Amino acid sequence: MYSLKLLSLAIWIPIGFGVLVLATGSDRNAHAARVIALIGAVLGFLITLPIYSGFSTTLGGFQYVEKLEWIEALNVNYHLGLDGISLLLVLLNSFTTVLVVIAGWEIIQKRVAQYMASFLILSGVMNGVFCALDALLFYVFFEATLIPMFIIIGIWGGPRRVYASIKFFLYTLLGSLLSLVALIYLYFASGGSFSLLDFYDTPLTLAVQVFIFFAFFMAFAVKVPMWPVHTWLPDAHVEAPTGGSVVLAAIMLKLGGYGFLRLSLPIVPDASHALAGFMIFLSLVAVVYIGLVALVQTDMKKLIAYSSISHMGFVTLGLFIFNAQGMEGAVIQMISHGFVSGALFLCVGVLYDRMHTREIGDYGGVVNTMPVFAAFFMLFAMANAGLPGTSGFVGEFTVILGAMQANFWYAFLAATTLIFGAAYTLWMYKRVIFGAVANKHVAELKDINLREFVVLGVLAVVVLVMGVWPQPFAELIHTSVSDILSHVMHSKLPQQ
Amino acid sequence: MQYILPLWPAYPEIFLLAMACVILIADLFLREENRGVTYLLTQLTLSGCALLTWFADHGEPVHTFSGMFVGDLMSDVLKLITYFGVITILVYARDYITLRGMFRGEFFTLTLFATLGLMVMISANHLLTLYLGLELLSLSLYAMVALQRDSSMATEAAMKYFVLGALASGMLLYGMSMIYGATGSLEITRIASVIADDGAKNVVLVFGLVFLVAGIGFKLGAAPFHMWLPDVYHGAPTAVTLFIGSVPKLAAFAFVIRLLVQGLGVEEIQGHWQQMLAVMAVLSLIVGNITAIAQTNLKRMLAYSTISHMGFLLIGILAGGLNGYASSMFYVVVYVLMSLGAFGMILLLSRHGFEAENLDDFKGLNQRSPWYAFLMLLLMFSMAGVPPTVGFYAKFAVLQAIVEAGHIWLAVVAVIFSLVGAFYYLRIVKLMYFDDAVDTAPIAPRADMQALLSVNGLAVLAFGIFPQPLLALCASSILASL
Repeated sequence: MYSLKLLSLAIWIPIGFGVLVLATGSDRNAHAARVIALIGAVLGFLITLPIYSGFSTTLGGFQYVEKLEWIEALNVNYHLGLDGISLLLVLLNSFTTVLVVIAGWEIIQKRVAQYMASFLILSGVMNGVFCALDALLFYVFFEATLIPMFIIIGIWGGPRRVYASIKFFLYTLLGSLLSLVALIYLYFASGGSFSLLDFYDTPLTLAVQVFIFFAFFMAFAVKVPMWPVHTWLPDAHVEAPTGGSVVLAAIMLKLGGYGFLRLSLPIVPDASHALAGFMIFLSLVAVVYIGLVALVQTDMKKLIAYSSISHMGFVTLGLFIFNAQGMEGAVIQMISHGFVSGALFLCVGVLYDRMHTREIGDYGGVVNTMPVFAAFFMLFAMANAGLPGTSGFVGEFTVILGAMQANFWYAFLAATTLIFGAAYTLWMYKRVIFGAVANKHVAELKDINLREFVVLGVLAVVVLVMGVWPQPFAELIHTSVSDILSHVMHSKLPQQ
Repeated sequence: MQYILPLWPAYPEIFLLAMACVILIADLFLREENRGVTYLLTQLTLSGCALLTWFADHGEPVHTFSGMFVGDLMSDVLKLITYFGVITILVYARDYITLRGMFRGEFFTLTLFATLGLMVMISANHLLTLYLGLELLSLSLYAMVALQRDSSMATEAAMKYFVLGALASGMLLYGMSMIYGATGSLEITRIASVIADDGAKNVVLVFGLVFLVAGIGFKLGAAPFHMWLPDVYHGAPTAVTLFIGSVPKLAAFAFVIRLLVQGLGVEEIQGHWQQMLAVMAVLSLIVGNITAIAQTNLKRMLAYSTISHMGFLLIGILAGGLNGYASSMFYVVVYVLMSLGAFGMILLLSRHGFEAENLDDFKGLNQRSPWYAFLMLLLMFSMAGVPPTVGFYAKFAVLQAIVEAGHIWLAVVAVIFSLVGAFYYLRIVKLMYFDDAVDTAPIAPRADMQALLSVNGLAVLAFGIFPQPLLALCASSILASL
């Protein structure tokens, strides 16, 4: 059954199709590029389904393991494997890629082949990050995601795209370069291996652990992004094209959370415990303060970007309270945020494509001209606010429950998001959608077409299903979370 | 003791010298329209050298000419890369020099003599041989820089290069004379054994070492001895810059290995030069990366980027150990690959009466030719050290060596400045992809250049995905030669 290298296929099919799309060349063949891209994205998603169906939720450790020698000189292996957490993220990633390809179908008219190819390659590379069990392989995939995203923001972005793309690139590169030094240190500390599994068993003194923790922190906190290293995100989101924002919010931010889970927590557990207060503090600042910042935004995309940071605060909070509920909630929150924020950015994209403005003040009364759209937007806004019955509620609620076990005040502060989140999301919704028709541009709006209906409809179903019946998602990650927790709870200080 | 000299280790050098003379004479009898024959002969000569080197069997290091010359695996590998580099240079440069009236016999014979100088340096086991090779290289290069006699910039560059080069040579010679005074020998292997026997307490030895390191700094172009580099890179015709900026670094690497590692590698002395190299490396990283940001001329920018790359190279060497030297060798090979591509790209965009050397000339390249823009993108990300390009593994190997040596602070400095460096490489990508084209002239290079440049660019990616063969080759050649 394992003879088919499913993980490699999940990584390389999108990349291969990306190269194929590039080969179609100029915009004269734009239609061919779109069709090939769609085939590639759908195949990439289909290949993840047998991975899902063949995955055992009771087995611990990693499944579908592939291991090939890659760079013998440095003992680096092409070592892939999957646990429940990676599986969910791979599914999310492959699924989102299909939506992004469809969402950009007619909207992108300039250099179509390069646009589609960037997303496909990015999707394959991110699958690589989620599946890598070798630290260097992880790092290579992690860094390689920067190139396509840099191009996506830079070519198809808004007026300040150059500034935003370079800021995005340098910010994230700084973090990851320092983590490279930490990985090299671990290579020697573990006796010449880059395998993450070996890193898990390497004893390290507390001082060393703290240094490594901060090196990883630089890489992953920038990606999440945590306050105060979040400032690249609003710029990148505002300038990126709709598809870019969707992928950025839905998946790229998860690379940070995933990095904390896969590297920081199990490799430096003692430092994680020692610095948990610090991490929780930053997370709560993100939840509360960034939530307030979101309240005053006048640009819809910026508002959703800040709301993303605030929601990702829940992820880091859940990870660093060290109980099963917190961690499971964090993972569920990552997935749910992927769907909800992706959907919100798509909604803003729908409006932007028609009006070419993202200012909340330019809208008003959209419900009169776009009733179907307004219904979808309503659902996603509610999900973002954490309404029970939507996916947004499940993650946040579980994290708050976990936080409650740790400390009442953590839970209390985190719970304020239910107020702030509802406030900024619904207030924006009210200003954009309700009221009288604001101006003649709004009066001329046409409701969503079939393509947009399909994209938003699929997302709406997923958000509702996940909200009403989260059990299958929770089951997938249950064993993996307890694996990671057992690593975190096990001190790695060298025995005296 | 062998009484008959084994000449075979030096066959490639002898062949190249003979052919250079033949070409020099043959060119006299060729008419202007048949100049292509000279070009072809030069390429054949280099290919012949490659065959001779390829089939030479250097399992163990072989010494000849009374220990003045050494043939070992490292020299073979470096020489082979040098030949391929020079062949590539000539292919890239052909159109450019034809359009600028430099497609003459001199260009080719000077190139061959410079190549000979490189080969002699790579194989030198004697301070005088080393110096001989160096001067042969430098004198040929001075002349090549000044080959465009009417260009005042080129002449100025040649003058500057000559004066500073002569100063550096003087320093080297002075240092060598000190070493000779302290050890009584000029032969590198003997110097090493004398120091090993007598200890390294000799002040004269350390005094000489300072001058040697300064001379090496000049030749490598490491800060604070880097002043000539930007002016020469900028002033020289791009085809010559392509040469200066690429293959000589291979020989410079061999120079450092032979002199510092093989000759003065005893632990006490090693500590002295490691400190000096550390200072030079950090300064190079700072000066190179920060100054490059302010450049608007691509050739100058690449000059500063070279300085920063030399900083990395030095870090590998001062890390020490087989691992460190091998990482350094890997770095220099990768550097040559990247700089050939980058300068090749400038040559590609240049045409009659137009030098595509300003950053703005790269604006909108993606609209003009997506393929070349993509190749340049690969080259730039590789120089910045972003995976999955080979430039990442070059930096990674060096960082790994320096962390192993216990100097984590150097690794952190290197990492921070490569972040600074990433900015100006990114700027090129930005110009190519995000801006609109100003220049809309069609890009139509010769087919051989098209093919070779594509191979060059893709090699950066291919070695990035499969770095193992190249890494292993560097490791084994260092192992076999030390």
